[in-house]
This record gives sequence, structure tokens and C-alpha cells, in this order.
Amino acid sequence: MTPSFVEPARRPPPGLDGLDPSWSRLVEVGSGGGDEHTWHVLDNGVDDARLTLLCVHGNPSWSYLWRKLIAGAPRDVRVIAVDQLEMGYSERTGEMRGLATRIDDLTELTREMALTGPVVTVAHDWGGPISLGWAQRHLDQLAGVVLMNTAVHQPAGSPAPAAIRAVRKRGILRRVTVDTSAFISGAVEMSRPRPSAEIRRGFRAPYDSPRRRQAIAHFVEDIPLDAGHPSAATLDAVAAGMDALADTPALLLWGPNDKVFSDLYLHDLEHRLPHADVHRFVGASHFVSEDVDIVGPLYDWLDPSTEPNPRPKLDRRPLGAALYDLSRSAQPAVLEMAGEGDSIDFAGLSRRVEKLATGLREFGVRPGDRVALMVPPSIDLTVAMYACWRLGAVLVLIDAGLGPKGMTRALASSAPDHLIGINRALMAARVLRWPGRRFSVAPLSRAQQRGLGVATDIRSLELSRASVPDYAGDDDVAAVVFTSGATGPSKGVVYRHHQVQAQRDVLMDLYQISSDDRLVAAFAPFALYGPAMGVSSVVPDMDVTAPGTLDATVLGAAAVAIDATLVFASPAALVNVVKTAGDLTADQHRSFEKIRLLLSAGAPVRLSLLQSVSRLFPNASIHTPYGMTEALPVADISLLEIEEASGGDGVCVGLPLPMIDVRISGFDDVGVAVGELTAEPGVVGEVVVRAPHIRDGYDRLWHTEYKASQPDGWHRSGDVGHLDDAGRLWIGGRTGHVISTVKGPVMPVAVEQAIEDLPDIELAAVVGVGPVGTQQLVAVAELSVGVRRARQADSELQRRVRDSTGRDVAAVLVVPHLPVDRRHNSKIDRTRVATWAGSVLAGGRMRRL
Amino acid sequence: MKVLVTGATSLLGRATVDRLVERGHEVTVFQRGVSGLSVAEQRGDVRTPADVDLAVEGHEAVIHLAAKVAVTGDWADYEQVNVGGTANVVDAAHRLGVGRIVYVSSPSVVHVGTPLVGASAGRADPKSTRGHYATSKAEAELLALEASSPELPIVAIRPHLVWGPGDEQLVGRIVDRARSGRLALIGTGLALIDSTYIDNAADALVAALDAAPRLGGRALVVSNSEPRTVRELVGRIVESAGVKPPRRSVPARLAFGGGLVAERIWDRGGLDGEPPMTSFLAEQLSTAHWFDQRETHAALDWTPTVSIEDGFERLAAWYRVQGV
Repeated sequence: MTPSFVEPARRPPPGLDGLDPSWSRLVEVGSGGGDEHTWHVLDNGVDDARLTLLCVHGNPSWSYLWRKLIAGAPRDVRVIAVDQLEMGYSERTGEMRGLATRIDDLTELTREMALTGPVVTVAHDWGGPISLGWAQRHLDQLAGVVLMNTAVHQPAGSPAPAAIRAVRKRGILRRVTVDTSAFISGAVEMSRPRPSAEIRRGFRAPYDSPRRRQAIAHFVEDIPLDAGHPSAATLDAVAAGMDALADTPALLLWGPNDKVFSDLYLHDLEHRLPHADVHRFVGASHFVSEDVDIVGPLYDWLDPSTEPNPRPKLDRRPLGAALYDLSRSAQPAVLEMAGEGDSIDFAGLSRRVEKLATGLREFGVRPGDRVALMVPPSIDLTVAMYACWRLGAVLVLIDAGLGPKGMTRALASSAPDHLIGINRALMAARVLRWPGRRFSVAPLSRAQQRGLGVATDIRSLELSRASVPDYAGDDDVAAVVFTSGATGPSKGVVYRHHQVQAQRDVLMDLYQISSDDRLVAAFAPFALYGPAMGVSSVVPDMDVTAPGTLDATVLGAAAVAIDATLVFASPAALVNVVKTAGDLTADQHRSFEKIRLLLSAGAPVRLSLLQSVSRLFPNASIHTPYGMTEALPVADISLLEIEEASGGDGVCVGLPLPMIDVRISGFDDVGVAVGELTAEPGVVGEVVVRAPHIRDGYDRLWHTEYKASQPDGWHRSGDVGHLDDAGRLWIGGRTGHVISTVKGPVMPVAVEQAIEDLPDIELAAVVGVGPVGTQQLVAVAELSVGVRRARQADSELQRRVRDSTGRDVAAVLVVPHLPVDRRHNSKIDRTRVATWAGSVLAGGRMRRL
Repeated sequence: MKVLVTGATSLLGRATVDRLVERGHEVTVFQRGVSGLSVAEQRGDVRTPADVDLAVEGHEAVIHLAAKVAVTGDWADYEQVNVGGTANVVDAAHRLGVGRIVYVSSPSVVHVGTPLVGASAGRADPKSTRGHYATSKAEAELLALEASSPELPIVAIRPHLVWGPGDEQLVGRIVDRARSGRLALIGTGLALIDSTYIDNAADALVAALDAAPRLGGRALVVSNSEPRTVRELVGRIVESAGVKPPRRSVPARLAFGGGLVAERIWDRGGLDGEPPMTSFLAEQLSTAHWFDQRETHAALDWTPTVSIEDGFERLAAWYRVQGV
């Protein structure tokens, strides 16, 4: 291929969607000697800018890619987006430019433009190495690097070389990149959702003839796949130079649905820039800036007004301290009711934890490595968990209630290095190609190990004779815990050791838990803390992902076995226990009388349920802690206090705990929580909390974390409610479920409760239809008698709903089933209900909810 | 204020006249026949400029309600009465020094063919409307609003689906059909629809008269701001009359298609009276149309005083007195 086509630079034609012609300028470079080239650049031309963004596109693309970044720039930020030479509307010089040349070109351009002052480079695709090459030459003025779906190195196992080799085959390359616009069209088409015709036209605009597309082929040819490639040395130098960016703020914005730049490249860049902030946009593709809003996240990241506000950290006992203290004790640690009814004492548990930690370390599990634990509550889970904590590995905890799809997504985003699982999980791991080196819980035959792709089993690892590993530090990351996903896509919540320690201490303080207690652990989150508290615990013979499998006798048997004093169980499980209480034996009844404290959490609990529970456990004080995956507990309330509480808007969750700060960020007119934090009673808005035991952050969701941490150090809970005169907290719903009516924001929970108090209503959701600010209230209910098909309630029921709520409810719809989450079986997916109701009440067809 | 009300014999016209009189205005009504109202009366045809001039003369304000409201008939009739009549009123008002006009319009002057959910009023568009009535009202509204000036501010009010005791247009027809067992819902009957209780609509027109000087050239939709499903609206209306709600329903597409056929037959003049269904009505009864009333409330400094529940009670009480 002998490129010889020459054409001067020019400005883009007017009328390209989203592009302001006033941004375009032509810059002549090298007029003082050497090669002269003219660039087309977009430049918002801000004088006295605090900061300049230097944006470099990849292939096939042009500066059009950055149009939204320019349109959304703050007043004091200059944005320069270049069309690389031979690309976009820059000059066609007739040369073929390699990576090294392109880095030189960019350096000359910024010199010509006299770009002084702090610069943040922003790059996508193969613009990445070019921008990084420039960055490494300009460390003195470099203020940050932002990278999107790019790479500086081919990690082992990456699919890109194959794809690129396929395209580079003689005959194919020219045909797809130059002779036709297939490559550029195809690339843009990969975007999800599909860009509009105007935007697709915008991307294709500068490449309207084969001659103008020459460089698209050259760019593909310039990707070094082997050491002998002319650009290999330059790319290696850029990769090696990444160390020089150790003190440069870095932001990685990533679309994981990318056929070429997969998560492998993200992980490679994270490895090279361990300090980088990362936001991985689940569902987004290669053109991440087209698929999702990256403008908000990027400028939030650059916002100088957000100063970190470190949270106070107290010296606490390590999570394994009780195991160490009780390493010679015959006190039972964990008792399993399933199967043989195995048990282990503290001495045994302590020994197994040390041994497994040693074995894992010897087998290559390093501190900071992520280990997905796919084991139901059991002795083995306890051993694996505390062994990981012992050596400083990070637990990845994913609820099986998310289902295969949700689990696969959670694993892709958390990318564990190792996976410890029961056989069922290992089979899923093989079939669904879950990441991580696999360890089985049960010893397997060679054939089984090969079949499941398992490295070894934990029992074999416990035979290790290596020297014990170092202890994890308090500041090390302890776990990535995935939320239930009941209120949006499941997110990985990051906890450090000191935060988990604080959570343990909060629970022990609040409920006066001591070594005299014995715990029935029927609720996963707290069930794991028994050994950390030095408390004996029993795991009932149930499937924790299906709370309905805990019936009264299963719970009774567990309580008898350990002579229990404490019960932790989910509300859904308690419903079943109450229902089956008739099957209890006299012994089991007596053991229930010895329970001093019963905790139920995870979802709203009905008063009538707690009252029934209280009759089964006559000497227990019944408590429901309130909190969320990111902050638990926030508040606590007892049955007696619930019975006394009245007059608030929503559910009373009790007084905030002494060690937690609870504030409200008040609503504006349309129900958006924008107010300054306040503890003033009666102010309705989002609940914002701060405490030593709240989450550290979100995994690979930098912007989610940023938004949830306003002000810094606080956690915006996503729940809405208010404090009352007595200081108690009331919860009225979720921020996304607030109904924005003409008369102001309405929180759904209190309205729903009023409806559920009607004798013939089983469950109700209250949602809004219509535009924000003028939404109408709609009630969607399950009747106790049940209905076969969704319909509008009869006028008598509608009247009673309107009377009992005192609200103008536009319509009451009755349905066979409301959608509830799998984990708690009680949190209604109001967003789905609202979408459904909106469609039905617009006159659409009656679809299933 | 001396106020002329055109087309005062309609339900809304009579209620508006009552309000104006209560407020101490000096009211004249203008229509073809005898109004039976105890106010000054000028009889004539809105299509005849001389008649209109006579009526408008000496008034400070006009509430222009006169219109041909139907689903069949020749375009020429609609054009003459609704467009020509409005032009005559506006023209006379200009020449005779009237200070303000409230033009009573219809939400059907904007047709988008998709559900209207919390919609704002939007600009009238005769090109998009369905049926002669809506098209002529749209043209008349544009004409009226364009003629608005600081000297003669003109505001268009579009009351949405006015009903109340004594209403023959909507309530009467629904009840008649239900009585004879000819009433069926269209589609699911679950489209949310705004409606306006008669007293609220009349109040809004009076409020618009007061506010006209600062609202010249604007169009506002007026409703109770309590949308209900078609099923509930129809059900509550017939229940008020002591009739059982309809149980049958016709698929929306079928109703729409049937409406198109019926329109064609009636257009050819083959049959008397009104067709049982039109495509416009089928669409109106099977897609949501309710409106964002915030702008209206602020502009008119008015909010509905009779809730839809109270409205149904009053309707039921009226039917009880009627003894039917």
C-alpha cells in the first residue's frame, strides 16, 4: 500500500448533530521548518482556564467523539479535542504514521498551540497509548489522565490479537476499512443503545471516500502484535512509562461489552495504575461515551471543591482475635444441623483457619487477591472466610438469590482471582465461565477436578506445612459484598477490615452480646460473625437463599441443639416459622422460651408478624435493626417501641444508634434531595449517615461512590424519610420511588400501609404515573382472595382506598402478584410496577406485571 | 364590567352567565334562539357580521362560546360557524373597543396521536387534528390568539370534557346508551382521562376574564386535575343515574375501524343523527389524555373548588331529584 493521497485540512460541514461550528479551528504546525501539517481541532477556547483537557480519539473515530465533553465543560475548563493527522478533518499528508510519529505529532501540536498550564489527557481506544506517550513527556504539566476502553499492552489470553489478525488478512483489511465504510459503520453500530441516524452520520462524515479512509487501515496495521512490529518498542516504552504516572490522578471509564478491549485490558490498566479511580458502566460498549453519560462523571472527578474527608478510625480487635484467644478452647464454635450434624470447637476452628490460610498462601493466594466464596453457611464457609481474612485476601460475597445472570454479572465486575465453592457452584462456574482459579470445598477425584476445572480442595490445602502467612492489616480491604439488587442493579460494596470490626463491635454493644450467648444464625450477614464475637453459633438445616425453607421445627431443632439465647432470622423466614408453629415439640417450645433476643432484618417487618413471633418467644425482646448493605445497622427498634410509635410518615425504624450520625437532606418541590444535611425533626428527604462501620466505597463504580458520598465521608442511603421530635427515624421509601405530585413529593410507604390495613388487601404498592411535578398516585394491590387477571378495583374498594389514604388516588389496580425481590420476598419492585401502571393507564394493552 | 357571552345556551354558557351575574357583572347573551336566561339578550347569528356587531357594541369583554359542536356534517358549516364566527367576534371587538376576549376552545385542537400523560397545552395545529370540529376550533384559536394585542388581549381556554347535572352532551348520552344497553367500553377502559366539573369550568372562564390582560395570546387547558380511568368515569356517571355500568368492551382497534366506516357512511349523508362511533372518539376513549395543570393554576390564579367526588355526588343528587 503506497499512500499518496494528499488533501488539506478543513472544517467540518455545518449541521453535524451536537457539533458547534464555533469550536472548530485549523492549526498549522511546523511552519518554522521541517514537515508542515495542518490539524483540525475542536477547542472551546476558554481563556485563563484552570485546566485543559487534551482529548485524543482512537480508530475509527474523530474529535466528534468528544462533542458532549465540550458542550458540558465548566466555565474554567478548556477542552481541546484533536483530529489526528490523516483522520477526521485534519490534513491527509500522504504518509503512514506509526505510534511514535503520532506521539511526536501531538507533542508538536501542543507546542504550536502554546499549551501551558495543567493538562488532563482524555483518550479512547488507540488514542490511549498516544495520549499516554504525550503525558509521559509532559509530566511537569500533567494534572491527570482519563482513559476509556484502551490498552498499552496485550495481556495474556486477550482475544484482541485474533480479531485484529483476522481483520489484517490481506484483502480483508482494505475492503472493510478503506474500500467501504463497513469498519467505521460497524464500530459505531456496536454502541448500545444504537446511536441515532444523525450521530452515526456524524461519525462517518469525514470518511466519505476510500482515499479519506486510508488511515483507518493504517491504524489497524500499526497495532503491534509481535515484538518485531515497528511500533512494538514504542508501545512497550509507553507501558513501561506507566510507573511515572504513580502520582498522577487517573480515571478509567469503561464499557465492559467491548469485543476488542475486554475487561482484561481494564484489569491490566488497573494493575499499572493501582491508584486509579475506576467506573465500569455495566451494559456499556466500546463507545462508552456514546452509551452512557461520561460527562457528569468526568467533570465531577475534576471538581476541585471535593476534598476528601477522612473518617476517624479507632483501634479495634482484629476479626480473628476471638479465634486466637479461644485457640485452646473446647467451646463449640459452629454447629451444622444439615447432614451429619457436624460441629467444630474454637480450638479446631482456629487450627483449620491457620492451616487453610497457610495452604492458600502457599498455593499462590496473595494478600489483596479476591476470593469469591460460593459456599452456603456451614463450618467450611466459616473456615474459608476467616482463612481469607487471616491472610489478607478479599472476600467476594455474592448472594445466590441474584440468580445465575446476576451472579455472572457480579463476578464479571468484581473479577475475583480465585473461587472457593461447593460442587454446584463449581459446575455453574464452568458452564457460565466465571472468572478465578477454582478450589472445591469437598475433596474430589482427579477426574472430577479436571471436569470442573478445579485446582485443589480446601482440605488438601489445610495439609500445608509452609510457614504461616502475615496477618492482614486493619486498613486492608476485607470484602466486596454485593447488594441484593432489589432496588437497582447489584453493586459491589467494599469494606475494609476496620469497618467490619466496627460493625461487629456495634452489634455486640447494641445487643450486649457476650461469650455466654449462643446464636441461631439463620440470616446470612450476621450469621458469619459468631466466631468473630467469640460466640457459639448453629446453622439451621435450611437453604439460606430460600427463607421459606426455615420452618418452626427446623429452627426449634437448631435452638435445642445449642441451647440458644439469640436468634437472627429474616422476616420472610419468620413468616414461615409462625405459620408452622403447630409442629413444634415440647422441647422446642421450651428452647424458644430461653431465647433472650430475636433479631429480624433485611426488609420491612409487619407489626402483626412481630407480635406473633413474640408469642412464640415469650421471654425474648424482639428487635429489628434498620440499615442497608452499605451501612448496617443504622437504627434499631424493639417490638414495644414499634407498638408505641405513631404520627410519622412511613415506618418507624427507631432511634439512630449512638455511634452513628443520621441526617436528612431535604427534598425540593419535585422530590429531589438537594437540601443541606440537617437533624431537624420533620424535614423530609434522603437519609444520610456517617459511622465507623459504614462501607468504604463501591467496587469499580467511582461515580456511584462519588454521588453516594456527598458530603464526603457520609453515605447517602437512597432511603427517604424524616426524624421526629423524639429523634426517631421514619422511612417512607426509596429516592427513586418518591412520587412527585402537584402538591409536592409523596413517599409511598405510609400510603401503602394505610391500604394494607384494609382487611381484604394482602400487599400494596403505590407509584406515580406521568411527568415529574405532576404525577398521579396509583395503587396496585394484591387481594387476600386473589385475582386471576389484572384489572381495576371495583368502585367500592377504590372508595375505601381513597378514604383510608386521604389521597387522590387516580386508580386502584388489583393484580395476581406484585413483583418482589427473591432475597427478602417482600421488597416490591416499585419501578417495575410504575412502568407497568404507566403503560396500562396510558391506554396500552393489559400486559402481565 | 359589561360582558357579552356568546352561545350561552350550552351547559357551560349558562353556568358561566350565573357566575358572572353573581360577581356583579352586567351580562348580555347572544345566540340564535331564546335563551330563557334572566339577563339581557341579543339574538342573532354569529355568522352574520351585522348581528355580531350589534351584540358586541357597548361591551367591555366577550366570552366567546358559540360553536358548532358535533361529529358529523359538512366542513363548510364548521368553518362558517367556528372559524368565521370567531373572526366576526374578534373583528367586531377590535372595531368597537372591547377590552378583552376569552375564547373557549377545546383540548382537541392539539392532536399528537399518542397518549397525553401530564401534557402541557401545546400550540393548536389544524393540520394534525381529527374531525371537522377540532380542525375548525384549532383554526379559530390560532386566528384569535394571533389577533391578541395589548389593547385587546385574547386568551384561549380549553376546558377538558365538561360534565355536570343537566349535561346532555356527555352525561345524557352516556346514560341514555347505558339504559338501552348499548354502552360498551373501548379497549381496557383503563386510559386515564381528565374531566372538568361544570362549576370549575365556569369558574375558570371567569378567572380567565379577570386574568386576560396579562395572558393575552396564551392558551390554557382547564380540568379538574383528577384524571380517572374511562371505566371509572363512565361507571360513576351511570351509577349516579341509577343505571348499571357497562360490562361489555370492544377492542380498541375494532372501535377505531368501525368508527372510520361509520364516519364514511354518515359523511355520504346516508343516515340521520350521529354515528354510534367515530375514529376520533374511539381514540379519545382508549388513550390517556390528562394534563399538567400547574401552569393553568398559576396563570389564572384559580384552582378547582368542586372535587370529582363531590361532582359525582351532586350528579347523583340531581338524578334523584329528576326522579328517574
